[in-house]
Amino acid sequence: MIEFTFNGKPTSVDVPEDMPLLWVVRDVLGMYGTKFGCGIAQCGACTLHIDGEAQRSCVTPVSEAAGREITTIEGVGAKPSGKAVQDAWLNREVVQCGYCQSGQIMSAVALLDANPAPTDEDIDAGMTGNICRCGTYIRIREAIKEAAKTIEAK
Amino acid sequence: MNKHVMADLSRRRFLIASAAAGGGLMIGYIPTSLARAYSDATTSLDAFVRIDRQGKVTIVSPMAEMGQGTYTSLPMLVAEELDVDLDDVTVDHAPASDKLYGNPALGNVQVTGASTSVRGFYLPLRKAGAAAKAMLVAAAAEKWSVAPDTLKTEMGFVVDASGDRRLPYGELADAAAKIPVPADVALKDPSQFRIIGTPAKRLDVKGKVDGSAAFGIDAKVPGMKVATVAASPVFGGKLASFNEEAVRKTPGVVDVVRLDNAVAVIGDHYWAAKTGLEAAAPVFDEGPHANMTTADIVAALVKASERTGAIAKNEGDAAKVLSAAPRKVEATYEAPFLAHATMEPMNCTVSVSETGCDVWVGTQVPAICQQVVAKALDLPLDKVRIHNHLLGGGFGRRLEADFVLQAALIARNLKYPVKVIWSREEDIQHDIYRPYYYDRIAAALDDDGMPVAWSHRIVGSSIFARWARRSSRTGSILTPSTARPICPMRLRISASSSFVRSRPEF
Repeated sequence: MIEFTFNGKPTSVDVPEDMPLLWVVRDVLGMYGTKFGCGIAQCGACTLHIDGEAQRSCVTPVSEAAGREITTIEGVGAKPSGKAVQDAWLNREVVQCGYCQSGQIMSAVALLDANPAPTDEDIDAGMTGNICRCGTYIRIREAIKEAAKTIEAK
Repeated sequence: MNKHVMADLSRRRFLIASAAAGGGLMIGYIPTSLARAYSDATTSLDAFVRIDRQGKVTIVSPMAEMGQGTYTSLPMLVAEELDVDLDDVTVDHAPASDKLYGNPALGNVQVTGASTSVRGFYLPLRKAGAAAKAMLVAAAAEKWSVAPDTLKTEMGFVVDASGDRRLPYGELADAAAKIPVPADVALKDPSQFRIIGTPAKRLDVKGKVDGSAAFGIDAKVPGMKVATVAASPVFGGKLASFNEEAVRKTPGVVDVVRLDNAVAVIGDHYWAAKTGLEAAAPVFDEGPHANMTTADIVAALVKASERTGAIAKNEGDAAKVLSAAPRKVEATYEAPFLAHATMEPMNCTVSVSETGCDVWVGTQVPAICQQVVAKALDLPLDKVRIHNHLLGGGFGRRLEADFVLQAALIARNLKYPVKVIWSREEDIQHDIYRPYYYDRIAAALDDDGMPVAWSHRIVGSSIFARWARRSSRTGSILTPSTARPICPMRLRISASSSFVRSRPEF
């Protein structure tokens, strides 16, 4: 049994220790907001938070989550920076196909938690591991700046 | 069930209306030939517009949403004429049916592609919205014993001339379903538009921001297992052998399925399936194309480029001017094979039972998926139910049904639903690549350096010849090349091809 906190709730799973967290979240816990894109940490679609830090869940063994706090796209709106980012994404209509956007949002929240006033360069560096096949990068950058302003105003 | 079929509207399609199963009004718009069949049918899950007793408006989108915005643009067309707020509209995926949801801009086949969704459905969806509104107004007129033309609509309400009486659409939906479909519906004059032509907010953002949007890979079916697959890396290859003992010893593995050209491992979750597939270590007999390389294909295209080919346009004897031109520029342009590389890898969930086959997938071609699965499993068409989803990118990759056919073959003898997910490696290796092109372009220039003659020989693989085998291989390559040049000159446009783009055997 591996125990951790999942979106604020104590959770335990009986799975192999080396099973990637992505598949525990999706196929065992049944939470499908976190996406499978590549399986080798090259696309960012599977990004979630472990103790507030962005992690590629497709290459993170579930054993690393033991005793820690896991947050996914379904739970990130519970904290102010998560809500600010989701609101900015809505307001700017960032999405197209939308498949990468859970990962984009999770990376953006972690970026803003670490750096509340990022420059374009900071955003490019912080978001570099998250790819979008539709090419929504410009709106992602705008939405991150909008979210930063919302967070600063509070 | 109460159904009405109305008179000819466009000479090609009939408006249809019926009472919805749970009460309310449904409006569809179907080709003439089907009007009779429809009026005898017992189900009506095939409408474009549904209005329930609570006034909830659902628009069934005939075209798929893959990021291009059809789940906003098509509802805009209905909401405009129906006179409801776009924010009060819910969008539903259409089931498979060329007959009900065929794209008028693409030969009435249910295909989302080539930027045709709004063009194809601009009138049909507006007429569906206008007919629904007319029937709601007629129902209110009957209730109040007044002439319909004394009434107007206001954002989901029918209102009388004085403005004293108003009824929400939901309260009129049952009565409206009993009103004969109007023989003709007036569409708004474009000057009256309040939704079409405005930068409306996308309707699909919220779910894509909070994680609730369901793509094909997110299908949730009770009792479902997860599979992953390795197919022969070469077209035409066969599965020779694999280590079945090692697969079955892998923790979490449920079963292994052998196909002619692939092996699929089924597990309690994707990780078990993937680990099991690695243990399978499949060996393939790569077949007749085992030694073919990209260089071979390019060499054949280069050779084809030396032929004259089929002529699409020949104006002013460009060839003669070019051969005599003192100043000439010649170049070859190559476009490589490209994987579409959608963010969401190919996947498809299938359940085969005594009631037929259910398929949960994100596809640009629901009706083709239905036909392919029906044929593979030897089922009547109506026993194959396609449940479409949001597409995590399409780009033309989801115009193909290869992965749907494969999932159906994997599921065919299983007692439980199975979700087949391709690894990213499988997805790239088995993309139906965009074809390689090797084009020759030449221009003769005048003393000012302006082109006076132009020759473009297009050399590549025909895409359409896969479906229309009797069509010329070069014809479809030439289709886009008939656009006008930006300045007047002699033109010669031709095509030559050695290949038809590969297609799995259906």
